[in-house]
Amino acid sequence: MTRETLFNLAVLAGLVALPLYAHLADEPFTITLATRAVILSLAAVGLNMALGIGGLVSLGHAVFFGIGGYAMGILAFHAQNYMPLMETPFLIEGTKSMPLIWLAAVVASALAALVIGLLSLRTSGVYFIMITLAFGQMFYYFAISWSAYGGEDGMSIYVRNGFPGLNTLVPIQFYGLCLAALVLALGFNGALARSRFGLALNAARQVPERVRAVGLDPFRLRLVAFTISGAITGLAGALFADLNRFVSPTMFSWQLSGEFIVFIIIGGTARLFGPVVGACLFVVLEHYIGGWSDYWHIWFGLLLLGIVLFGRGGVIGLIAGKARAHG
Amino acid sequence: MAEAVLETRGLRKAFGALQATDDVSISLRAGEIHAIIGPNGAGKSTLIAQISGALAPDAGQVMLGGRDVTGLPVQARARAGLARTFQISQLAMEDTVLQNVALGALGAQGRPFGMFRPALRDRAIRDRAEAALERVGLAGQAAMRTAELSHGERRKLEVAVALTLDPRAFVMDEPMAGLGTEGSAQLTDFLDGLRAQAPILLVEHDMDAVFALADRVSVLVYGRVIASGTVEDIRRDRAVRDAYLGDET
Repeated sequence: MTRETLFNLAVLAGLVALPLYAHLADEPFTITLATRAVILSLAAVGLNMALGIGGLVSLGHAVFFGIGGYAMGILAFHAQNYMPLMETPFLIEGTKSMPLIWLAAVVASALAALVIGLLSLRTSGVYFIMITLAFGQMFYYFAISWSAYGGEDGMSIYVRNGFPGLNTLVPIQFYGLCLAALVLALGFNGALARSRFGLALNAARQVPERVRAVGLDPFRLRLVAFTISGAITGLAGALFADLNRFVSPTMFSWQLSGEFIVFIIIGGTARLFGPVVGACLFVVLEHYIGGWSDYWHIWFGLLLLGIVLFGRGGVIGLIAGKARAHG
Repeated sequence: MAEAVLETRGLRKAFGALQATDDVSISLRAGEIHAIIGPNGAGKSTLIAQISGALAPDAGQVMLGGRDVTGLPVQARARAGLARTFQISQLAMEDTVLQNVALGALGAQGRPFGMFRPALRDRAIRDRAEAALERVGLAGQAAMRTAELSHGERRKLEVAVALTLDPRAFVMDEPMAGLGTEGSAQLTDFLDGLRAQAPILLVEHDMDAVFALADRVSVLVYGRVIASGTVEDIRRDRAVRDAYLGDET
């Protein structure tokens, strides 16, 4: 077992043990904090599938996070007001059921990613970053002006949505759901990295000419990766909205897209647990340094600068050494 | 005369006032090595790009196995049986040697969207990849990171990736580039045996290799084929000697 695998297992053990301890010690706020960290991790794990293996630096992933959030917000809003979502051509009612909301969030964000990918993946480098940013801004301003669903103020959902067999209002139970989603996404990401698709996508990032020369189309590989990536980030958005019981246009903001990228860089680009470590560190620092000073972003910025300048492999690189070629 | 496996008909390509490819018609028959030679700037790379599909010609056609592939992109031509090697190695440097050939095997198999089973545990992919490494003598380096290979080993890996495609025709862009005398001799021996599997269109600067290998040679100067024939014909051709070979004959 490599040092990186050991480290990853330690992170996972921490994510199980810490909230359990907080539960026994009756500290619900710590659990909420951990839930926030796990959901942001999930969003960044989604981005990491496109960015880490595929090299697609998307500065618009908050689009999918926001779509997931609004999928939850809209469905729950209609359910709590007993108002159908639409009546013609067929009746769609709102719902308070998490599995249905997740399905809607995943499908909607995957579709959005497919369309955005079709348009933006024809470019690369800085142009790709700018186009994804532009899409992010479009969705952001659309949400602000969408007064039916709260416009700039967003909307509140009064009771957290339900999951069959669980009481999601108990913090540790909702945390368990989120952690399960994260572990599944990580498992999928790990398998994907070694799969045929991972092999081809990884090569498409490094030598697209070669990939074409063996008969594969880098554009299609990237499009599939981008779509999956958007779907996972969308699921995280639905969970995030349920954690806060609140949805607003800030879920679409480009700052959030940037934070997802920062999580990955801090943790370690293309490392399986990179986004998890980055997101957890972010939430911890936000809470503790944010408690001392409103300007805590300065310190976070210094940390990021230090890692970019001196530790190219991110935190995981510093702890576990250079990345091994996937075997 | 045997039917051509690969053929260009009246290819033309201009960049502004520069006619980089001027009415080039060449063919590659089963079992042969057809060498394209010419001075720098003669349009060899432009020709290769049009044959492989990276560049669209202004006029003319590219035929592969009797089928017009002029409108097809690079990846479709590769699937139709055209395997090229690059003048400057195009290898995934972060990956292992085995992964690079496995990519070729994956391309040959054509199912790149499997996301759960590890690619290297797929028997079909692994066997094909390892067989190609074996043939070029890189089996011992399979687990190495490609960035750690020597230049000569990278040239061999380029050829190995093309082998995994099991193509109808090879197009090799200066496979000997940067190789020493010994490396060139080894690769020359290897290509000599390879023509039985599939014909090779060989663009090469190394005249020893060309004269040792080629069944036919075409000489490209200013985008135009000025001479075509056997090695002996080309050695004797006065226009070729003036334009290109000089004292090397």
